[in-house]
Amino acid sequence: MITGKAVKNFSINFSQRLNEHAELLGHEKALQRAGLDTDKILALYQTMVLTRTFDSKAIALQRTGRLGTYASCLGQEAIGTAIGHMLEASDVFVQAYRETAALLKRGVKMQEILLYWGGDERGSDYQACPQDLPPAVPIASQCLHAVGIAYAMQLEAKRTGQEQRVCLVVCGDGATSKGDFYEALNAAALWQLPLVFVICNNQWAISLPRSLQSHSQTLAQKAIAADIPAIQIDGNDVLGCYETVQLAIKQARGGHGPQLIEAITYRLSDHTTADDAKRYRTEEELQQAWEKEPIKRLSQYLLDSQRASQSVLDNIQNQCTQDVEAAVDIYLATEPQPCSSMFEFLYQDCPVHLQEQLASLKGENHGQ
Amino acid sequence: MANNITLLEAVNQALDYEMAEDQDVIVLGEDVGLNGGVFRATDGLQKKHGADRVIDTPLAESLIAGMSIGMATQGLKPVAEIQFMGFIFAACDQFICHAARMRNRTRGRLSCPMVLRAPYGGGIHAPEHHSESTEAIFAHIPGIRVVIPSSPGRAYGLLLAAIRDPDPVLFLEPKRIYRLQTETVTNNGEALPLDTIFTLREGDDVTLISWGAMLYETQKAAEVLAEKNIFCEVLDLATIKPIDTKTLLNSVEKTGRCVIVQEAAKTCSVSSEIAAILAEKALTSLLAPVMRVTGYDTIMPLFTLEHHYMPSVERIVATVLDVMEF
Ligand SMILES: Cc1ncc(C[n+]2csc(CCOP(=O)(O)OP(=O)(O)O)c2C)c(N)n1
Ligand SMILES: [Mg+2]
Repeated sequence: MITGKAVKNFSINFSQRLNEHAELLGHEKALQRAGLDTDKILALYQTMVLTRTFDSKAIALQRTGRLGTYASCLGQEAIGTAIGHMLEASDVFVQAYRETAALLKRGVKMQEILLYWGGDERGSDYQACPQDLPPAVPIASQCLHAVGIAYAMQLEAKRTGQEQRVCLVVCGDGATSKGDFYEALNAAALWQLPLVFVICNNQWAISLPRSLQSHSQTLAQKAIAADIPAIQIDGNDVLGCYETVQLAIKQARGGHGPQLIEAITYRLSDHTTADDAKRYRTEEELQQAWEKEPIKRLSQYLLDSQRASQSVLDNIQNQCTQDVEAAVDIYLATEPQPCSSMFEFLYQDCPVHLQEQLASLKGENHGQ
Repeated sequence: MANNITLLEAVNQALDYEMAEDQDVIVLGEDVGLNGGVFRATDGLQKKHGADRVIDTPLAESLIAGMSIGMATQGLKPVAEIQFMGFIFAACDQFICHAARMRNRTRGRLSCPMVLRAPYGGGIHAPEHHSESTEAIFAHIPGIRVVIPSSPGRAYGLLLAAIRDPDPVLFLEPKRIYRLQTETVTNNGEALPLDTIFTLREGDDVTLISWGAMLYETQKAAEVLAEKNIFCEVLDLATIKPIDTKTLLNSVEKTGRCVIVQEAAKTCSVSSEIAAILAEKALTSLLAPVMRVTGYDTIMPLFTLEHHYMPSVERIVATVLDVMEF
């Protein structure tokens, strides 16, 4: 019998900095090396609190008929926060649709996010980050856009000699079952693109639990087939997320090709406001997940380590509440778009048949 | 520089011209590089413009369309090849759900100036999935243009226009006539308009409108009919979406009769749309019902039967005679 000999070995590591008991693992110095001083940690805390405050307000708006169906990010604030803080303005962020924390840090206005979920396309006309992509509703499709963006960035750096910009794309655990996800990994590795994949594994794809999504023990290992360096991290540990995202972006920027991070988190909310998770998951599982959520964990660390007092944390919360209220006021006061707007942005120049249909919409002719 | 070239060479010439002119133009697809494409439409381009700009992609159609979208949002102008139209469906999610919508859904912040090229149509004894004409599926989609050339000159001018267009264009190449005829084409970078029907032959009795390879049979039919003293006006639709309604109506108002010739299956096709436009806007000019000569609503047969499927000169002539006698 011929004995097989290993021609390549693989493993997936799990990494964590602040565990579920808010205990810091490893040395404090590692935080300093990553630039995580108290101010920075408080800034991360602020982004997470703002995100959660916004999120609960959005749900309240939906429940009172002032917002359409909304996809909550409750419990997933940490990984998005880390991404938002690590990307440079000139980089490009490609979202799925649950990355509120990252969007806020990119400078997307809360009223823009509300407009989008409130049924108004202007919500995707981001003023602060004009190259970032809008939400991608067809699951996993955005992974391929990220490949094209990263290809263009690589070509640009080659041509101009300027510093490499990077692209970072987020997808869910469900998305990792789609062909687009695999096509993207394969091509990104082939061309060694400056691209970071982040799988936000929140354990659920609507009603399908992680265990029924894939037999793979980790989702990170899906990158191995493409020979992309991959790591699994505690996605509710904002300090660890920050360090890992920082390293991955550095690698991608430095010409070492694509990187993949699987962030283990948990969707504490229903899938969307149109969903009722009680139909398919137990209260017990949900309660256990609440024990590991990221904001409580970081606040406990900040207090335990005496980096911040309760009143500092309270002030952050109060400021966030005020900011959210102000954005909601702007959102609610926004005049609807003229109905002609559905014709205006289809093509750069409006073709004749659309001009006729627009006239019909305006009541200037009938049934044309 | 004027050359006597085929439609296939015209495609190559337009790509080459625009790549030399505009460094943001990128060609990508399966086997488009060293091999120059399975039909040789991209022959020599990689050697001339480099492997960064003429990209041999992995075998993944969704990737080809999806990464083109990402490139386009970064200011590149991707011209992506789908090797055969029969394999375009894996790219549809990207093309229809994203490329067509990017400008609209971001209120013009991002746009998608990309071209998706694909050879299409039957009549070359190709294997299964290599002969269909499904242009109507795409013509239905808001936000994209669908363009089909029918001669070397129009292939050159329309492809240049498609690449320069600021919105996504599906550019379908009738592979049956890739090498059928040559024409003198001046390689001067002049584009043709993307919203215009081309009048190939003038006549007063009946308007024959077609596109792509079927114009070959349609023009032959017009010659046969001229011998019978029936004078056809032959129109090349060229831009399938949006349709140049004005030229169509002008012609039918003059002739009072219209026969539409297409290779695609009949139901819910481009011919259905043209007939509906005439019903809405030309009723009082019509002297006879608008008739259609089309492929059948069958699955495109394998090649031993495909000539029975394709509209023939005889079917076109017979239909025109019916219309004239009405
Ligand atoms: C291609 C596609 N199929 C189905 C849906 C409907 N759908 C919306 S979200 C979702 C689950 C996605 O799960 P996951 O990728 O884990 O992301 P999550 O919602 O958990 O953030 C499904 C099936 C869709 N939007 N797109
Ligand atoms: Mg999920």
